[in-house]
Amino acid sequence: MRRVVVTGLGLVTPLGADVETVWANLLAGKSGAGPITRFDASNQKCQIACEVKPADHPYGFDASRRVDHKIQRQVDPFIVYGIDAAGQALEDAGLVDMDDDLKARTGCSIGSGIGGLPGIESESIVLHEKGPGRVSPHFVHGRLINLISGQVSIKYGLMGPNHAVVTACSTGAHSIGDAARMIKDGDADVMLAGGAESTINPLGVAGFAQARALNCSYNDRPEQASRPYDKDRDGFVMGEGAGVVVLEEYEHAKARGAKIYAEVVGYGLSGDAYHVTAPHPEGKGAELAMRMALRKAGLEPGDIDYVNAHGTSTMADTIELGAVKRVLGDDLSGASMSSTKSAIGHLLGGAGAVEAIFCILAIRDQIVPPTLNLDNPDEGTEGVDLVPHVAKKRQVRAVLNNSFGFGGTNASLIMKAV
Amino acid sequence: MSDTADRVKKIVVEHLGVEADKVTEDASFIDDLGADSLDIVELVMAFEEEFGVEIPDDAAEKISTVSDAIKYIDENKG
Repeated sequence: MRRVVVTGLGLVTPLGADVETVWANLLAGKSGAGPITRFDASNQKCQIACEVKPADHPYGFDASRRVDHKIQRQVDPFIVYGIDAAGQALEDAGLVDMDDDLKARTGCSIGSGIGGLPGIESESIVLHEKGPGRVSPHFVHGRLINLISGQVSIKYGLMGPNHAVVTACSTGAHSIGDAARMIKDGDADVMLAGGAESTINPLGVAGFAQARALNCSYNDRPEQASRPYDKDRDGFVMGEGAGVVVLEEYEHAKARGAKIYAEVVGYGLSGDAYHVTAPHPEGKGAELAMRMALRKAGLEPGDIDYVNAHGTSTMADTIELGAVKRVLGDDLSGASMSSTKSAIGHLLGGAGAVEAIFCILAIRDQIVPPTLNLDNPDEGTEGVDLVPHVAKKRQVRAVLNNSFGFGGTNASLIMKAV
Repeated sequence: MSDTADRVKKIVVEHLGVEADKVTEDASFIDDLGADSLDIVELVMAFEEEFGVEIPDDAAEKISTVSDAIKYIDENKG
């Protein structure tokens, strides 16, 4: 059976625009949250977000590093973030210069939950104010979700499978899981896989606030707003950015002497069949996805050392915790579990991929990132190590990464040290 | 250099992300400045906005160099 390993990582997040900076900031307990600066949010219920910082910030993002000026102008930010993260991952894997055979065996599976909402909003205003003749000719392909995979394939000449998942906040995890299967099935030897999002625009913030999903009560204390498992949690904080990994067939990676971070051993998927925004109250769908991933991985609950929870800082946190307890055991069988959304917010379609990278780095460095703002743990958390406030050195052999999305879509990934 | 030429070149530099010294009057948008057909549609829209002229599709199709654009605008602006 073909095995799939991770050989490259790329991140653009509110805590930095390269893997090592993000990881150092995350382990140091920094928060990426702040007042919204991207637009005037004074009339919004929610006025805070975890924004990717501008290029002049100490850990800001410089779009011109890997994306042509012309493309930056034509596409939505989620595509720019995705292209940059994919470039980082390829560089990290040592795969920038590939021969034509390998390019034909290398594909892209980089999705997004929502896609180009800022551009849809602004171009809709152009349509109404100036008429159809002023709508940009780049409007459609600058907003489409599969255009990260499209742009990356064009930039690097990758002619393998070109795929893009759209499963709301499970997108990043499904993208990696699906891509791993493509490698297992022999469709490709190398896949760039991940997700990106950027919807910190008036319509995006208003939409999520109206759906009662966003935290709207910490506008004066943005860094304390994302507080998974805490009694005073009150909705998620929107983040933005991208995470992309290079997945590679194990023998291929070994033969070229690639640095191998971890192996993707388990992937589970399910649907809640319950409600468009609320998770099943008993977490049945989440449980099914986790059990499937464990079974595929051939692992026992006690083998999992770290769970990167979906943990959005909403009422759903305790539902997920209940499901994890049923799968792993009430004490999580020795595993630590944290939500890094406490630091970087919820990257929506990017979340699963960014968090998978945190899981991989936890294996590499034998340390697990903290859950910030966990001052008063909610009922049901007793006896569970939720890694409050500070990162924790510990053994990390195998990790479980959960992602759940609107529509009741669930994905669980399990990765382990090779 | 005319005022029209200055403003046209500025738009081309901004939209195509090319060095200003490459935007000579005989430069072809596609062959010399890396544009594709959709970039030209966008440039034409930007010229229309900047100069308050209307450039119909059949005229736009004949604009392939920087000087074609300058000439059309000078002949048609109000």
